[in-house]
Amino acid sequence: MKIHEYQAKELLRKYGVVTPRGIPCFSVDEAVKAAEELGGNIWVVKAQIHAGGRGKGGGVKLGKSLDEVRTLAGQILGMQLVTHQTGPEGQKVRRLLIEEGADIKKEYYVAALTDRATQKVAMMASSEGGMDIEEVAHNTPEKIIKVFVDPLVGLTDEQATELAKGIGVPEGSIAKAVDAFKKLYTCYMETDASLAEINPLILEGNGNIKALDAKFNFDSNALFRHPEIVAYRDLDEEDADEIEASKFDLAYISLDGNIGCLVNGAGLAMATMDTIKLFGAEPANFLDVGGGATTEKVTEAFKIMLKNPKVKGILVNIFGGIMKCDTIATGVVTAAKEVNLSVPLVVRMKGTNEDLGKKILAESGLPIIAADTMAEAATKIVAAVK
Amino acid sequence: MSILINKDTKVITQGITGKTGQFHTEKCQEYANGKNCFVAGVNPKKAGEKIFDIPIYASVKEAAGETGATVSVIYVPPAGAAAAIWEAVEADLDLAICITEGIPVRDMLEVRNKMKAKEAAGGKKTLLLGPNCPGLITPEEIKIGIMPGHIHRKGRIGVVSRSGTLTYEAVAQLTEIGLGQSSAVGIGGDPINGLKHIDVMQLFNDDPDTDAVIMIGEIGGPDEAEAAQWCKANMKKPVVGFIAGVTAPAGKRMGHAGALISGGADTADAKLAIMEECGFKVTRNPSEMGRLLKSLL
Repeated sequence: MKIHEYQAKELLRKYGVVTPRGIPCFSVDEAVKAAEELGGNIWVVKAQIHAGGRGKGGGVKLGKSLDEVRTLAGQILGMQLVTHQTGPEGQKVRRLLIEEGADIKKEYYVAALTDRATQKVAMMASSEGGMDIEEVAHNTPEKIIKVFVDPLVGLTDEQATELAKGIGVPEGSIAKAVDAFKKLYTCYMETDASLAEINPLILEGNGNIKALDAKFNFDSNALFRHPEIVAYRDLDEEDADEIEASKFDLAYISLDGNIGCLVNGAGLAMATMDTIKLFGAEPANFLDVGGGATTEKVTEAFKIMLKNPKVKGILVNIFGGIMKCDTIATGVVTAAKEVNLSVPLVVRMKGTNEDLGKKILAESGLPIIAADTMAEAATKIVAAVK
Repeated sequence: MSILINKDTKVITQGITGKTGQFHTEKCQEYANGKNCFVAGVNPKKAGEKIFDIPIYASVKEAAGETGATVSVIYVPPAGAAAAIWEAVEADLDLAICITEGIPVRDMLEVRNKMKAKEAAGGKKTLLLGPNCPGLITPEEIKIGIMPGHIHRKGRIGVVSRSGTLTYEAVAQLTEIGLGQSSAVGIGGDPINGLKHIDVMQLFNDDPDTDAVIMIGEIGGPDEAEAAQWCKANMKKPVVGFIAGVTAPAGKRMGHAGALISGGADTADAKLAIMEECGFKVTRNPSEMGRLLKSLL
């Protein structure tokens, strides 16, 4: 689960990491009032959407008077902000963050994330703050310093100092950077984050260290013990079909192709998508109905797939283990009738009660095309939509 | 022979009284020598009772002491599953198989590091399979987990995969063309897990009754590449490889910093290329895994 920048900063402040003072706003008037309340003579007007690259897309502007703040807030609020992470249609800006200006002397990067290979928490830092970290990793990998933290021990002073020195924090500010790194680590662990990134982390003229921008992702498996994080969820920032699917415990991701697929198991679902591509078409979605699919779940899955106007055909691929093929077949028939299915449907079924399932499909009176293997199913659906 | 388990393995079921635990314990008992293999269950509140004729004990340690069981299978719900794994480790079992899906990553990080610390201090090493896995099976001897038993046949091909249904797919293809399996192992789809592809490949390499292996992977993480590199130097048997997710969108589940740390080797294309370079016979058509393997024998 992702959250907004202003929420990420709220979390960081809770753990003692210093950030600029700022106020989230939902209207232009609120934005001007926020600037007044913050005082000073320079403010940053920041679009709050979950995607990165907001600055480059024109979603972050500097205002040097209250009038300018009003103008900028009016321009940014409601705009379709396009960044490299939003896709060409962009994301509508519904929230702003008004912040005091900062005296930036130097920008750094720091992040915490779980490292699969070492099974530790990786803390990474770089002298190249404010940039796309993937580019830094590609062009100048030596400028990224990593330490691996044993979760039973925590980030040690030695490790935090190694990071601070490694990215060139001046002597007088090292203790402050070490303190910020340790607090970031604690915040990462205690909130069950899967990524906590401060980019840039800045050194101010007076030697202070501040988080100027922040991004968090959270482990969805751990949300059950973090109602305070769940409260940050902003459904406007998520795909409506994916939200609908999650209500029925379906894992759904929309893609760009025209063949909808309904599969049990994440690995088999990906393999089915790959097979569709291998035989010359593109999948319209990833959809894993899981191990305990019911008729209701299958019907909802069909409805969600068919909401996508690009879908010209559907491929169902089920390997019946715990889930019996006859259960799925009944679900498919019920769903196809309920949604008045008008696109070609290919069903491939294997495993427990396979024959019974095939019989139910054959006797349904529906124009269902049967297939024996994944490759045959893909060939048939690709032919049917052409 | 087989890897990790056989018809004489004695198994404890943790979470035996829950709905999932009950359902699968019954299926496992019905499979091959299962009646004699599943000897104990654990539930501190129901110690002294029986379920499907299996005695329930208060702790894994007590269950192991009373029955001589060396393996446990875990169906405990996510919030308590990492603690259940640790209980199996503290009881010095040989192998803990965790089926549970949805365990918080931080819990897995902590228990994995506790396991490593125990080994480093000279304690007994307990292998962990999973979590979020279907378990493992040695056909016609024993099945521990949630896979459909009837698609398997005894034979000499090893199967290892992160995905449950994709394992079944490979197994069914093999069975259909007359090739049985020595063991089929699901290592699970979670980012922090126990046995990895490389560990299972080593076991298959050392097993005199395994002639060839199908290794199935997915996008994300460095594990398949590591296993392929190891195989290049050590594997004496032919391997067929498949990676799911050529069409999976980048960054949909993993943050960009996550892709960064595994060095760009975690797309399906990159993994397929490394596997091919390391001598695997790879296919981009998952319907061909079985036939491709047969062509190597």
